[in-house]
Amino acid sequence: MPTAVRPVRIIVAKVGLDGHDRGVKVVARALRDAGYEVIYTGLRQTPEMVVDAALQEDAQVVGLSIHSGAHMTLFPAVVDELKRRKATDIVVFGGGIIPDDDIAALKKRGVAEIFTPGTPLQEIVDWLRKRFPDEKTPKR
Amino acid sequence: MRDDGIETSTISGIPLRPLYTSQDLPGRAEEYPGQFPYTRGIHPSGYRGRLWTMRQFSGFATAEETNRRYKYLLANGQTGLSVAFDMPTLMGQDSDAPTSRGEVGHCGVAIDSLADMEALFDGIPLGEITTSMTINSPAAILLCMYIAVAEKQGVQASSLGGTLQNDILKEFIAQKEFIFPPAPSMRLVVDSIEYCAAEVPKWNTISISGYHIREAGSTAAQELAFTLADGMAYVDACLERGMHIDDFASRLSFFFDAHIDFFEEIAKFRAARRIWARWMRERYGAQQERSWKLRFHTQTAGVSLTAQQPELNIARTAIEALAAVLGGTQSLHTNAMDEVFALPTDKAARLALRTQQLLAYETGVANTIDPLGGSYFIEALTDEMERQAEAYFKRIDEIGGVIPAIEVGFFQREIADAAFRYQQELEQKRRLVVGVNEFTVDDEPPIDILRIDPRLESEQSERVRQVRRKRDQAECSNALNGLRKAAAGTDNLMPYILDAVRAYATEGEIMHAMIEVFGTYTETAVV
Repeated sequence: MPTAVRPVRIIVAKVGLDGHDRGVKVVARALRDAGYEVIYTGLRQTPEMVVDAALQEDAQVVGLSIHSGAHMTLFPAVVDELKRRKATDIVVFGGGIIPDDDIAALKKRGVAEIFTPGTPLQEIVDWLRKRFPDEKTPKR
Repeated sequence: MRDDGIETSTISGIPLRPLYTSQDLPGRAEEYPGQFPYTRGIHPSGYRGRLWTMRQFSGFATAEETNRRYKYLLANGQTGLSVAFDMPTLMGQDSDAPTSRGEVGHCGVAIDSLADMEALFDGIPLGEITTSMTINSPAAILLCMYIAVAEKQGVQASSLGGTLQNDILKEFIAQKEFIFPPAPSMRLVVDSIEYCAAEVPKWNTISISGYHIREAGSTAAQELAFTLADGMAYVDACLERGMHIDDFASRLSFFFDAHIDFFEEIAKFRAARRIWARWMRERYGAQQERSWKLRFHTQTAGVSLTAQQPELNIARTAIEALAAVLGGTQSLHTNAMDEVFALPTDKAARLALRTQQLLAYETGVANTIDPLGGSYFIEALTDEMERQAEAYFKRIDEIGGVIPAIEVGFFQREIADAAFRYQQELEQKRRLVVGVNEFTVDDEPPIDILRIDPRLESEQSERVRQVRRKRDQAECSNALNGLRKAAAGTDNLMPYILDAVRAYATEGEIMHAMIEVFGTYTETAVV
């Protein structure tokens, strides 16, 4: 059904070298089912590639997934690249094998939220709804 | 479904009846271990002759640090080594490559050149132990490094024992650590199988892996079917090269996941042996018994571990390991409880090894061969696994084989669908994971985890630059040019790669020489 406001558009990306895409695909499907516009970039995206995609697609949100342990380097690199391209309004969240201590550090570096293994999909959807309360998301 | 809404099908969705009886085994002939089709195991004496090999997958940070961990594990009774490489090594790039940033030494050990491999096995006699190496796209390079280290230790290639994962098909299907397109990737696999058949005859040239397929979200039947289909694709490729089936079949090995649904896993292992034996004998006409026997390594399921109440992972792993043993595995890795956060600490790694030792020496489960053989339920479930696998073989055949099925995203879609289905079952609480969607606690004390020193990356980068500076440049560039030329032709590439390795060409340089000829592969992502 048509709405005045377009749905929130989310770039979902695998940064880093690992190819573990089970989680990212499940999350992408769940967000799509929840009414968001989801664009999955595929594997091995550099921070520059992710930001390029976000700007080209006019996305409001970037979701990052990583399982290789390089999150402390690559997640902040995406945030920094957004700053450099003056796109700090784009919200960055992430998920993967990320220890608790690192979560606090990543939030300090500008990552809005981290979802770790075992997170219910609904929790991610609820978080986005809270974050973008005014956006209409079409019901399927 | 039970009255309380919990699923009663297996974790893979196979419907189960509440009771199985002799009606489920009509007219079955007596089967014995060590006899075709090996449902009950490949050894007539089971584990009485020899226990499974306790082979803990391990590697982190630098070669020196991992070398210390290996010596620690061997001192604690481990019986074989298994190398975990870091992501840059797995993806064929050096530690100082721009895209290696943040990855060096994190999920395995960083190996850039023969110099690192020498440090990794320093003081470990390669003629006396067996080593498994989990590496795929650059597998040929790492095997050549191992051979070259052995040469320096005075150990001949012909006496080396171990396993190379070298299974590129499951990379395209599930783990996604591909680099070259499918055709040259398959050529490299066949090159290494052909080379080892002549030069390194005790080496398991490939470990055809269901583990990653399962971890990516497949069902048990999909893991079984896709893995065996991959195995047949390798057999076809070797036959096409002109090799004789009995010259390489006995060096093909397998690698399966041991997930948490206990009986389903045991049935899967038993079915795998039976299907492979039949296909090898009947379809491929293998004459030697050793060509019919499916030998496999097992790892407990990483995906079954939870970050919540992580101590529970010890219990999960023990149950999964028991399934692997009752399924007749040849070697086993038990995951450490803290692997949901990072690579294991020394303590967690030892606990995981101790879990295997407890199974082997305290429980008595290794005393009787295939103790569940003849169980109405296990035999019926084994038959069901076989039926489902055969149905998948038919579908893969209809698409035109494994590589065409990869190219149209068949496996990828089947796996993603199964993963999503499972996740929905968790969300709806039709399946419970203790500590995750039921029996949760609010306050979880943090546990100690292994940290990789961030300085490691610059140190390792400096080390590879030093190797590049110090070597004989002419010898190195000659070797790389030779490899490039050979890659454009049809020679077996192994001797050329071995020359480049001996000349201290780095992994990234050797890969690059081949990429110049073969190109790279990008998948169309299926969500």
